[in-house]
Amino acid sequence: MLTESVPLMQAVVPVLPEMGLLLLLILVLMHGVFSPKESRRTVCVITGVGFFTLMVIHLSVGFNFVGDPDFSGSGLGDIVRVDAFAVMFRAMILLAAALTCLMSGESRAINRRVEFYVALIVAALGMCLMVAANDLILVYVALETASVSLYIMAGFQRDSKLSSEAGLKYYLFGAVTSAILLYGLSLIFGFTGETNFSRLGPALSALTANGSEGVFALVVALLLVLVGLGFKVAVVPFHFWTPDVYEGSPTPSVAFISTASKAASFGLLVRFFSIVWPAEMIPYWAGLLAALAAITMTLGNMLALVQKNIKRMLGYSSIAQAGYALIGVVALSDTELGAAAVAFYMAMYVLTNLAAFAVISAVEWNTGSVQIADYAGLSRRSFPLAIVMVVAMLSLGGVPPAAGFFGKFFLFSAAVDAGYTWLAIIGVVNAIIALFYYLTVIKVMFVGKAEDESRYTIRPRLAVVLWVTGVGILLMGTLASPWWRWAVEASQQLTVMLP
Amino acid sequence: MQFPFLTVITFAPIAAAVILFMMQEDSDLDPATDAEQIATLRMGYRTIAAAATFVSLLLGLFVYFGVNQAIGAGDTAQFFFEDGRWAWVPQIGIGYHMGVDGISAPMILLTGLASFTGVLISWRVDDRPREFFAFFLLLVAGVYGVFAALDVFLLFFFYELSIFPMYILIATWGWKVTREYGAMKLTLYILIGSILALVGVIAMYFLAVAAGIENMSFDLADFIRARDAGVYDQVVELPFNLGLATFARLWFPVIFIGFGILAGIFPFHNWSPDGHVAAPTAVSMIHAGVLMKLGAYSALRVGVMLLPEGARVHLPWIVLLALVNVVYGSLIAMVQRDFKYVIGFSSVSHMGLVSMGWATMNVTGMTGAGLQMFSHGVMTALFFATVGMVYDRAHTRDIPSLGGFWHKMPTVALAFIVGGLVSMGMPGLSGFVAEFPIFVGLWQASQTVTLGNGQIASYYALIAILAVVGIIVTAAYILRVVQRVFFGEFDEEKWHGEISDVTTLDKVAMGILAFWLILVGVYPAIMQPMVTHGVEPIARLLGGA
Repeated sequence: MLTESVPLMQAVVPVLPEMGLLLLLILVLMHGVFSPKESRRTVCVITGVGFFTLMVIHLSVGFNFVGDPDFSGSGLGDIVRVDAFAVMFRAMILLAAALTCLMSGESRAINRRVEFYVALIVAALGMCLMVAANDLILVYVALETASVSLYIMAGFQRDSKLSSEAGLKYYLFGAVTSAILLYGLSLIFGFTGETNFSRLGPALSALTANGSEGVFALVVALLLVLVGLGFKVAVVPFHFWTPDVYEGSPTPSVAFISTASKAASFGLLVRFFSIVWPAEMIPYWAGLLAALAAITMTLGNMLALVQKNIKRMLGYSSIAQAGYALIGVVALSDTELGAAAVAFYMAMYVLTNLAAFAVISAVEWNTGSVQIADYAGLSRRSFPLAIVMVVAMLSLGGVPPAAGFFGKFFLFSAAVDAGYTWLAIIGVVNAIIALFYYLTVIKVMFVGKAEDESRYTIRPRLAVVLWVTGVGILLMGTLASPWWRWAVEASQQLTVMLP
Repeated sequence: MQFPFLTVITFAPIAAAVILFMMQEDSDLDPATDAEQIATLRMGYRTIAAAATFVSLLLGLFVYFGVNQAIGAGDTAQFFFEDGRWAWVPQIGIGYHMGVDGISAPMILLTGLASFTGVLISWRVDDRPREFFAFFLLLVAGVYGVFAALDVFLLFFFYELSIFPMYILIATWGWKVTREYGAMKLTLYILIGSILALVGVIAMYFLAVAAGIENMSFDLADFIRARDAGVYDQVVELPFNLGLATFARLWFPVIFIGFGILAGIFPFHNWSPDGHVAAPTAVSMIHAGVLMKLGAYSALRVGVMLLPEGARVHLPWIVLLALVNVVYGSLIAMVQRDFKYVIGFSSVSHMGLVSMGWATMNVTGMTGAGLQMFSHGVMTALFFATVGMVYDRAHTRDIPSLGGFWHKMPTVALAFIVGGLVSMGMPGLSGFVAEFPIFVGLWQASQTVTLGNGQIASYYALIAILAVVGIIVTAAYILRVVQRVFFGEFDEEKWHGEISDVTTLDKVAMGILAFWLILVGVYPAIMQPMVTHGVEPIARLLGGA
């Protein structure tokens, strides 16, 4: 079957999710224009189901084609390369988008306006291209497509000062760092005359073989690129936007920014560091990233300790989580476990943060508050919400049976395997510090007493999100084998694709 | 395939917890109109919890006597009742493998005793009983899992699994004054130790892989293979250019003390009294009775057993920490005004004897430590049960303001006295059976243990002498509590008839615990040979068999 339809499939499969997203975009726009105002309220469900269907199609097609020796995975004139790694990250992005849609129905800030879903679809489109990019130019275009839409989503609630501030801050920081990134990319292009990843590797190797001048030039380019990507994943010292954006933006926007955007950026980061940079560069970035990881984890956790606002706390927590995931990127330098550990960690992180934000949006819908103190008595007011939050917090803290335990275990294993035992120990100590504030949330929910202990209502749409994420986290945390195998296979393809 | 006893023992409480979580909440009902329905629901919660722990206890008894018989019949296998090995995450060598040896079989029994009696004693919990019992069962399952695990990753999985329910139990149902502080302190202390040990185990795994051990996995048997192949005697570089050391010497203290934190080893014992006092009665029982043994057991299983070369170097100074535990713990217990703190510090003191037993590195002393784990577990469970009963009625634990409770609750007083006698190491009770070999082991060690410079560690004899001071002080504080709380005049006016005798269920619970203390005391052969069988292979590694 494959051989007959190769030309068509060869062209379509690598960009199938993007094509689907474009169709969905048109559908949603038409729906917004032509349908009467009342039925427009269904837009969140339509988009959510659309994303979900796309994810299923993408996965089934992806599993059929990717890994097949007849299928090259290259599309759009080799600027896109689909491998198992891209399939996995695209699935995360689409799932995050789908669940964000279902969550957004509960948000008064979004109020089911069509523009939000348009921005969401475009952002997802950009991210899907990001994780499969095989060309410097596409890297930048995809990154900007995603970012601009995210700026809109962050500042979506125009009547709120905080939200506007978040949007503006995100935009200003983002614009500066992306300019720096672009400069770094242009340096790489200038040195080699190539933009395609497959040809960049050898060209860069030739450059480093030239001696210290070539290496120096590359280190400059590396630092510039790192600024841009570091901003996207919120690595210290490019993390300043995070708490404010998390606090100010509408909750569904934050859910999406903190999961899909982070996953996509890590996908790109891993691909960039494992494919583009030649092995001679490892001494220059491995130590630097290790130091960044240690600082990011520690600072993120320390600052999260004192937060009173749960969204702000999760903002700092997401900085710390980026630090943990960076451990995996560091480990890339020496073991293929590194990429697999990052992939697994991101998958678990996407599910976990979506679960947490689903609970936050439910509480916000019922009380209008995002203060941790207002979670008092949640276990009595809504046991399902409390239990999902417990699972999410345990997962972020790395406690079994939640997925985070395996996530951290794989990361620390990769670090030890790569000879970074000290980094694993810093990670472990940080995990304990972090547990303090995660447990505090749990404590408030179970021990605290609210004056008014009336029951919360949970909309069915949100219940779907709670079930999918809660069960998903527990599944990944107990039956971790299939997910880990997927991550390992994906990371192996990543290295095999090296020309 | 034989019936998977250990798996069922471990998962029965988890299944029951899931059932509880799916049952209707009693707080959904209005206490004014549906009082009867609420009572039925609560009865249901308790019955499920009691049934699950009872099933595990019965199967645990079966396992215990099965192991006992096999060892008595001269079976030379090290592990019994094995389930698995089934692949779990095969790509990184994680499997599911359970089994018990002569050390862990009594621990399984101990967990069963403490959990079942814990449920009986918590019969009257009325604040969200559904959640209370569900989390309690999760805690119990985690504890069973650690003792039964023969895969080191599985051991860690259950170890961490048991921490979180304990946090919730203490923080939510604990003593209102210190519960949040105590729960957080305990959780962070325990996790930091165990998770550092986990990094050590990961390092052990990758070192073995790098050394070319075939089919390496996290299974205990594979680590033993790697150990016997001399992988952990490899020389590695110390961080910060501190020189060279063998891997075992570098990591042994991290792993042993990491787990030792949960066994209350000095100077990391501080969480333990605070945690015990903050916890609700049933959780104190599990916590002091069983959880601290998790630490001592895992320190032996992962630390001493897999890194014997490190143990030989480091245990001769760790024994000093254990001595501080024994003496300092008992002295602090002596000056407490709070009844529960007395017991809390007595646990610190008694667990010091366990570490001391491991540190003797010979069969006699280690057998004593194994017995002490069981004896102290049952004894402390009994202690905390009695403290809870007194506190439930008197609403104070201030020793000077109590008195004469013998008159009102004679069974409780009797149970406390039995526990107290065990604690003092009175012959005829399990405490003597356990502590005597430890002291004999210490004397023996003073002639056999060699230090790094080739000298004989004769100071072990001095340690034995000093540790006896701890025992004497123990007698003092136990007798002081017995005298102040249970004997003397009962002040009818002060208590206004609030003090009533305990329920039948409470008496049954105390009876079960006291029975085992006496049984092991008068008939040590029921436990001692199997513990000896369990520690022999480990002692042989340390040169003490």
